[in-house]
Amino acid sequence: MLSYQTDRSQYPATGPDGKLEIDLESGKYLKLWQGPNHPGITGNMSVELTVCGDEVVEGKTHVGYLHRGFEKLMERRSFIQVFPIVCRVCVPEPDFNEYCYAAAVEELSGIEVPEMANWIRTLILEMGRFNSYMMYMGGQSGSMGLGIVGQWMTYVRDLMLDRFEELTGARVYHMFIMPGGVRGHLPEGFEDRMEGVLKTAERYLDDVEKVMFRNAVFKRRTKGTGYIDPALFEAYGVTGPNARAGGVAKDVRKDSPYLVYDQLDFDIPTATDSDIYARADVRYRDLRETIGLIRQILQKMPKDGPVMAKLPNVMHWKIPRGETYIKGESSRGEFGYYLVTDGSGYPRRINVRGPSYTHAMALLEHLIPGTNISDVAGLLVSLHTYPPEIER
Amino acid sequence: MVSNMKKLITRLQTRYELTDLVYQRPDLTLATIRKDKLRSLLIELRDVEAFTHLTLLTAVDWMEEDLFQLTYMMTNRSANQTLAVRVMLDRRNPVGDTIHDLWPTAETYQRELKEMFGIDFPSSPRVDEEFILEGWTDLPPYRRDFDSLAYSQQTYRDRPGRQTHDPREHMKKHLYPDTEPGGTE
Repeated sequence: MLSYQTDRSQYPATGPDGKLEIDLESGKYLKLWQGPNHPGITGNMSVELTVCGDEVVEGKTHVGYLHRGFEKLMERRSFIQVFPIVCRVCVPEPDFNEYCYAAAVEELSGIEVPEMANWIRTLILEMGRFNSYMMYMGGQSGSMGLGIVGQWMTYVRDLMLDRFEELTGARVYHMFIMPGGVRGHLPEGFEDRMEGVLKTAERYLDDVEKVMFRNAVFKRRTKGTGYIDPALFEAYGVTGPNARAGGVAKDVRKDSPYLVYDQLDFDIPTATDSDIYARADVRYRDLRETIGLIRQILQKMPKDGPVMAKLPNVMHWKIPRGETYIKGESSRGEFGYYLVTDGSGYPRRINVRGPSYTHAMALLEHLIPGTNISDVAGLLVSLHTYPPEIER
Repeated sequence: MVSNMKKLITRLQTRYELTDLVYQRPDLTLATIRKDKLRSLLIELRDVEAFTHLTLLTAVDWMEEDLFQLTYMMTNRSANQTLAVRVMLDRRNPVGDTIHDLWPTAETYQRELKEMFGIDFPSSPRVDEEFILEGWTDLPPYRRDFDSLAYSQQTYRDRPGRQTHDPREHMKKHLYPDTEPGGTE
């Protein structure tokens, strides 16, 4: 954290209505937009900053740059037609949308998924988590000026995208998890090629530890910066690594095991400092756990068996009136789908609960005052937000 | 776990007049409550029963019944229990009670509901500010009676020469040519 003396006499006073009294005409303050097109922003969103000198006094998150009305589009499509839309809700980790939607439809229509499909789903979700963490590591180091880590991580992520491609036929939007199961088996020799990717990843991560986590500049800028008081976690709906960095050892995979997580052996990394460094460290260690999980899944999973349950004719698929909520632990926190059906062939309502919704809006706006302008990008990336989850 | 949840519901049911109870899963229960009792139930759930995590707040449009359903999903993370509380609002004059003072993060949800469904939450901070849409003057777009197809046809023009297929007809012709209309298999 940069140490600087600030002249408090210039700072805005709080008015009787609780709002800051910022007079832009006074010349003390400057409005500055970080984003929507800025290297220090995560995806298509922007933060409207009011700065006084180099200190931010107020920040407001603005979203809406990629709003397509996904939830509305889903209401006008039959249950199987929704399936190519859901993955678009989160670009770097699309598989959680597919899993949550599929599991919600299965629960409300009473479809039992074959054992083998559950193993492959778990594998896909962990591969997605691997990719998402890789993007995070690159972004976090890049926001502090360490561009090289971003280049390494992009390379390693690309290797995992190759594995996705041979398994699902697609690199980014896989559409492999379907209501009823998954679309196919693992290709021959997949385990060996995956092991090669994991070994390469571990080699790069060893280097990342040296250049990022033991780097004096990175430490100095991230330790103590972007602190989230653990007392605020429940009020602001903080979940996932952001909460685990503040000592909350909660993980949906452990607390409420879904798919085959109860048969897998893994730890929940935690830290106590609740700053940017702690969040990066928790994610780094969780990435190591993910690599271990992918190995375990490939080792323990059955080698053969059906991967798809029998579905009704999907053109005339009607689901009785009901509602459910399916959740899972994505790389950013609790991810969930709330599905309401009304007995027709179309969903009545689908609502996506993305962790970015709480992290990038209310929490970020609460954290940002007092931050040095050069740390805003690092703070934003450390919350690991993906804007499509906010606007859906 | 179901029995714990049933005990909790029994404790709350008489005081709060919970109706339409559904034990969907061992860790998920749904119940409906009257609007005037919602706030005290949420406070009791948060402060006494450890349902401290507001997982989501959203609305469902039951246009045919002239109702909006607000769903408050609360989670007790140590007991791993989720309780979804439904509140029905009159669709002609939808006004909800703000809970931003209980969970600051509810402010965002309420702003979105105001914009997308037209449900007002008086005294919620920045509830009238635009959230996603800019300069929107039409019906709130997530209402069922907002026709997104008609809107896009009026607002945007197709590229000349563009062909479209009705997805249902297209799938039937190319994927399931032998299916009888209206059949279930």
